[in-house]
Amino acid sequence: MTSTPTVPADADPDRPERGDHPGDHPGHHPPSTGPRFDGHRGRWVGASVPRHEDPRLLTGRGRFVDDIALSGMLHAGFVRATVAHARLTGIDLTATREVEGVVAAYDAADLALGDIVAILDRPAEEFTPTAMPILAKDKVRFVGEPVALVVARDPYAVEDGIEAAQVSYDVLDAVTGEESALASDAPRVHDEAPDNVLLDVSMFDTPGVDEAFADAAVTVDVVTRSGRQNALPLETRGVVAAWDARDDQLHVATTTQVPHQVRTVLARCLDVPERTVRVTVPDMGGGFGQKCVVGREEIAAAAAAKRLDRPVKWIEDRREALTAGFLAREQRYRTRAAFDADGQITALDVDIVCDMGAYSCYPFTAGIEPLMASAEMPSVYRVPAYRVRGRALTSNKAPTAPYRGVSRPQYVVAIERVMERAARELGLDPVEVRRRNVITQFPYTGVNGVTYDPGTYRESLDLAEATMRDEGWYEERDRAAAQGRHLGIGYCCFSERTGYGSEAFAKRRMTVVPGFDISEIRMDTSGAVVVTSGTMNHGQSHETTFAQIVADRLGIDVGLVKLRQGDTERISYGWGTFASRSVTIGGSAVALASERLGELLCRIAAHLLETRPENVALDGDGGVVQLDDPTRRLSFTDIADVAHLRAHLLPKDVDPTLTATASFDVPGDGTFSNATHAVVVEADPGTGQVRILRYACVEDCGVVVHPQVVDGQCRGGIAQGIAGALFEEVTYDSHGEPSAASFIDYLVPTASEIPDVSIAHLETPCAFTANGAKGAGEGGTIGAPAAVLNAVNDALRDTGVELDSTPIHPWTVLAALEGTP
Amino acid sequence: MTDPHLLSLTVNGAEHEVVVEPRRTLADVLRHDLRLTGTHVGCEHGVCGACTVLLDDAPVRACLVFAVQAEGSEVRTVESLAGPDGGLSDLQQAFTDHHALQCGFCTPGFLLLAEGVLAEQPDASREEVREALSANLCRCTGYQTIVDAVCATARARQEAR
Repeated sequence: MTSTPTVPADADPDRPERGDHPGDHPGHHPPSTGPRFDGHRGRWVGASVPRHEDPRLLTGRGRFVDDIALSGMLHAGFVRATVAHARLTGIDLTATREVEGVVAAYDAADLALGDIVAILDRPAEEFTPTAMPILAKDKVRFVGEPVALVVARDPYAVEDGIEAAQVSYDVLDAVTGEESALASDAPRVHDEAPDNVLLDVSMFDTPGVDEAFADAAVTVDVVTRSGRQNALPLETRGVVAAWDARDDQLHVATTTQVPHQVRTVLARCLDVPERTVRVTVPDMGGGFGQKCVVGREEIAAAAAAKRLDRPVKWIEDRREALTAGFLAREQRYRTRAAFDADGQITALDVDIVCDMGAYSCYPFTAGIEPLMASAEMPSVYRVPAYRVRGRALTSNKAPTAPYRGVSRPQYVVAIERVMERAARELGLDPVEVRRRNVITQFPYTGVNGVTYDPGTYRESLDLAEATMRDEGWYEERDRAAAQGRHLGIGYCCFSERTGYGSEAFAKRRMTVVPGFDISEIRMDTSGAVVVTSGTMNHGQSHETTFAQIVADRLGIDVGLVKLRQGDTERISYGWGTFASRSVTIGGSAVALASERLGELLCRIAAHLLETRPENVALDGDGGVVQLDDPTRRLSFTDIADVAHLRAHLLPKDVDPTLTATASFDVPGDGTFSNATHAVVVEADPGTGQVRILRYACVEDCGVVVHPQVVDGQCRGGIAQGIAGALFEEVTYDSHGEPSAASFIDYLVPTASEIPDVSIAHLETPCAFTANGAKGAGEGGTIGAPAAVLNAVNDALRDTGVELDSTPIHPWTVLAALEGTP
Repeated sequence: MTDPHLLSLTVNGAEHEVVVEPRRTLADVLRHDLRLTGTHVGCEHGVCGACTVLLDDAPVRACLVFAVQAEGSEVRTVESLAGPDGGLSDLQQAFTDHHALQCGFCTPGFLLLAEGVLAEQPDASREEVREALSANLCRCTGYQTIVDAVCATARARQEAR
């Protein structure tokens, strides 16, 4: 379904009417077109084969962007705003240009670049477009905003040049949060948005919400907040740009999850044909979403390289990364819910406010967080009536980007707190309340119009609870209480859409619509293959897992498959890696391309075996076999040798090409992974600190391509979720000055804070991805905050205090416990 | 402040002479002057530990050491860990066996930190290993598999003693 801009989302004609028994909705069946998972299992998928990435990364032979050194390379750095909100009254770079070693210094007027503009196809009352200049023009809107670019012979001279710059400001009051943004006399961050609201969408108001509240046995009303976080890839952002006169191209090596989007935006900002820009991505030290939007610094550095005709490198330092990199997560939900006497939820009424900071990110816009939350807030529960309003505010803080989970950690906290609150009101066990509400019949079409493909919501919940019971944690909790200790058990049950195809993104009304991906596979004369993908590995092990998929489809050794990613010259377009899309979409595309290559091999083999094409097939062992006489067989090496080196043996109607291309796009609403997390914590009455004693994850991401890698994604995601639940927060003072400019103030948890995590797998193969896989990249981060928060509340159950926000500060826990005897 | 110094140091068994400004860090000399880019820089203020190298056998943050402070010293970096035939060391092999790395950016620092820990505390318990490894940051793994890999290496080395 494609929306038109004039039809509001809540008038979507395809959205089903509310039913009395939503679990009984027949639901949409999985799309009938496109590839289906056929149960294909080979030798490699499902095995934890040694990672192809590891040898170079373990021996110091990886190549990260700061490892690149080009002849004549210059270094760049930014003069950044020292105040949160001000009119720029003067930028004097005279002294900077005189610093020894400085080659050039530019402000916005010098570079004259186009702005980064991300827009939604929504009416003005719903969305306000704003522009993000590459360098600040008339105003600065957050501390750390780039004002000028300094280029010098080495990074030390760059720092000297930055220090010599003189910037003068006419300081304005700063908008630093919901209250100050929405005040009637609030300063305007952008003139285009007089109320500081960039998006205001009431996506659903289905019939029966008010009636359900009027008839409710129990209602709950919870305000949940999440602190501003930094996704914090350990490798900061960086770029090396150089003009290549021979290729007539600006070659930009950069740290991005989305190389083609960088190419598109770079070409627009520089006003050059896209053909003249080549973006490559070397090894990348994490991203977690922060690198899936287009940054202004990489464009400024590239512009300088073009202008100076010299290679220019910019490497973000940690202070910049903490204060001026893309941040995430700061949201507030007010969630009202109605329950009947049986503990069944009857209505949900939600108000969502996301503080998106100074600018809208490309290509997702400031709408990404409230729109994601509005669309998927009912989570894994059968909610019959739903009303929601989602707003994106602009403020004088560093702008935000999607971060691992994208609103799901927040709306899952909101709905899971609702379940816990309702359980207490109803006098029921919180797991039992979830059990009474969780979706059990699939496919299920929810009140939000989204069709959920089969998963193990109930089964994961049951298994997580059984794990806690079997290990004796409930008895331990009682024993602890008898000793005056504060031990609590918490759960979080959730699902996560992982295969966002273009149809699902189009429903958000993005004007630039992600979704599909392309793969090309080529076989060389030795029978080895090189496969490309538009996805962009940055720790997820694509070089290994995609090789497993290809090796199984062709029946060759996994070592014969080499993945090439991160080069816009190698593939016409790609959507990169975010939203747990790589194995679902990219992995399907490589599987389909492999199958097409298999067909090409069979055609050539049939000719060489002097039989019909229908009489041959891949033999699963690196060759093509004649079906009616299995003694007749050709290896891929034999076939490739003829195709490449002795093509005269083939008739003109047999194509010697051993190159195949395929694309894949998930149809409909996509696929959903799911999980339940169970956590045991103990709160220390002396310090208020929370210690995690046990962490169990039961997850279902469909067919597991590489068990060790999936476990690694889960554990790493959970660590980041715990970080958000207990430790990390970027706060700002009333002037918009950020609190956390170093790791002294931004508390990244270490091996001492992150517990060991057990992971149990359930497997519901996805019916409409080629390998039956669902995504696994984000789930850990989504489930952890709610599970930890619920466990802490259970530990505090005798205090009468309910904590609904993250991070949970020690002083909050201490205050709660000091109220108890 | 910017008067150049002639610095002599030994890195991975090879002697080097480099002309440096006094403010130049050991990390920059290793990475950019000697082109040993396996040592990574993650924070430049001594917290993340990605730049950990062995300076006269003790783990140090190469971002907090001025190169001139390493005058006459012996430095070991990740490039020295593999065998002469390029084969992975036992510790490197344990890292890949246990999936103790994802993006690989923090990995060289953890490897050198772990070598320092294993040398100083060859009989460390799992909790002692965990405590020692909390000196460095990893954003991908959740640490569990790094602890697993270092403990497995410690056990194997104990058995080989």
